[in-house]
Order: sequence, then C-alpha cells, then structure tokens
Amino acid sequence: MAIDRGEARLDGNACAGLLAEIFGQDLTAARGACAGCGAVGQIGAQHLYGYPTGPGAVLRCGSCHGVLLVVVDAGTRYRLGAQGLTWLEIQKRG
Amino acid sequence: MARAAIQRRLTWRLAEVIEVVKETPRVSSLVLRAADWPGHLAGQHVDVRLTADDGYQAQRSYSIASAPEHGDQLVLTVERLEDGEVSPYLVDELRAGDRLELRGPIGGYFVWEADMTDPLLLVAGGSGVCPLMAMLRHRAATATAVPARLLYSARSLEDVIYRAELDTLALDGGLRVDLTLTRARPPGWTGFARRVDREMLAQAAWPLEQRPLAFVCGPTPFVESVAGSLVDLGHDATRIKTERFGPSGGSDGD
Repeated sequence: MAIDRGEARLDGNACAGLLAEIFGQDLTAARGACAGCGAVGQIGAQHLYGYPTGPGAVLRCGSCHGVLLVVVDAGTRYRLGAQGLTWLEIQKRG
Repeated sequence: MARAAIQRRLTWRLAEVIEVVKETPRVSSLVLRAADWPGHLAGQHVDVRLTADDGYQAQRSYSIASAPEHGDQLVLTVERLEDGEVSPYLVDELRAGDRLELRGPIGGYFVWEADMTDPLLLVAGGSGVCPLMAMLRHRAATATAVPARLLYSARSLEDVIYRAELDTLALDGGLRVDLTLTRARPPGWTGFARRVDREMLAQAAWPLEQRPLAFVCGPTPFVESVAGSLVDLGHDATRIKTERFGPSGGSDGD
C-alpha cells in the first residue's frame, strides 16, 4: 500500500502554501495535538500524503500515523476535515 | 521583519527570470526578480505554478536557495526529474526575460535564523542542499559566529551543487563541509564514499553535549534514515527538523 512506502510521504511543510491559502497565515510552525495518540507537534513536521499531485492533502501524525487533517480541493471551495486534531494552536496576528 | 515575512498574506505574483545558471548536468539555478518581494527567511520555499494554453495547471514547491540578504533577487535551484511535469520546463526551457508565476515565501517550520546560536548541523541528500544553502549564505551574510557543519551526500563530485561556493564558505573556519560520494569517486578521493549512516554521522555531526540544531533535507528515504540515525545516536528528536523531497530519483546520495 502507498501509505507503507516511505517515498510517498512528504512533510506538512510541503503543503504550507495550501494551508496558508485557507488559514491566511503560516500553519507549519503551529502546534497541534493528535486525537489518536496525544502526541503534540508542529504541523510542518507531520506526514503528508496526496499533495501536490492528488486532489487534496492528507496530514497524518508522525507518531501514530493516524489522520490529523484532510483537505479536499472541491473546485470552487476547500473542504477541511480536522477530526484527528484535539486542538490546534494558531498564532494571533498583531 | 521575520514575522512580517511569515504572516503576510499569500498571493500569486509574476517573477522575471534574470538568469539561468547551470549548476550540474541535471540542476540549474533560476535567478528571479519578483516585484514587491516581502523578503524571506532561510529555509522557506515558494510555490511555482505553470499554466498551459488549455488552462491546465501544475504546481510545485521549490526551496529558496538565496540568502534573505540577497535583496529583491530570489534564487531557486531546480533539479530536472526525468518524468517530471514541471522541472524539465524550468531547467531546460526557461530563459532570461521569461516570467514565472509564484507565491511565497512559505513555511515557518524549516527555518533557520542567525540569532539561533546553537551549533548548526546540516545534512543534505542531493538537491536537498538547496534550503540548507540559504542557511549557509544567511550565516555568511550576517557574519555570525555560529559554528556549522554540513554533511552532503551526492552520487558523484559532478553532482555536487554549489561546489566552488561551498569550498569558499568553508575557508572561514567556522564551517566544516563533509562530502560523501555514493556512486563515483575521482581518483585519490579520501572523503566518505558510502551512504550516510550512523557511524558517519557520529564522525561528522556535533558531539551530543554540544546540543546542535539539525536540519535534514533530501529524498524521503534519505531523510528518514538520517533522522532515525541521529535519534539513535542520542540527539534530541525535537531539535531535528526535516524536509522530505519525496521519491528518490535524482542526483541524491541514495
């Protein structure tokens, strides 16, 4: 399976542009907590699948490989699923 | 300044190609000028978007190889992937005067600034050296005393990107550059001649007690192997930042 092949994987850093487009700021330095295993880490350090060649992006936990965040490019909108994040810490813009 | 570079809203902009510099048989540097470029941090990247006549678009990320101090010029170093959709165009077709659509700078994670004073450990596989070169150029431009080491894996000496500049940078004494050549060595080569492994890292990286800050960039299998070896050696995993380039297939030190 693709997910077991190391070469299919990138870092969250590689979808920084996509996330910045959605959130309006950089998210790769932001910390989040995995709902599956509780690991806390920066988004840029997690594992990325499916981007930029697929129809979206799947971000998985670097510790337990559970899904953290799914972004689907649905043409005129993005659909964001964040079921695997207990929390996400976003920098205030000042 | 740093915050501004990170938090500015992303917009697509046109950059003009000033020069295309051939670095190795498969790698070229694109010197670009982007109007109203907000500045960047060493280690950040840009997204490049190509649009075909029929409207089809392809987008890729490329690390910025130039120092933040380089002014309004931006250097992207691109390796041509044989089955690539974007890189063959950038490396083979692009000429001075052409325009390119890009957005950035992007990324706040894989970033080094000269005021981070811990010893710097850079480990590169192939064209993974590009964002690390921005860090070394930033280090030189700010004349910081932060000691740095680069361990750079390439297939052959001809595949080593920025070779002459690295030689010059290493003259300052605060930077040590170790090359390992995985496939072909020139006669009389006395440097490393194998893939990066734990033993090599033990020799080339900083001693544990120096608490280095590590940046590892290259193809995914390379990065995972190096980061794993550093952790095995006892380095703090939270002080190892990685950037995976994806499948191996270029001039990396596979």
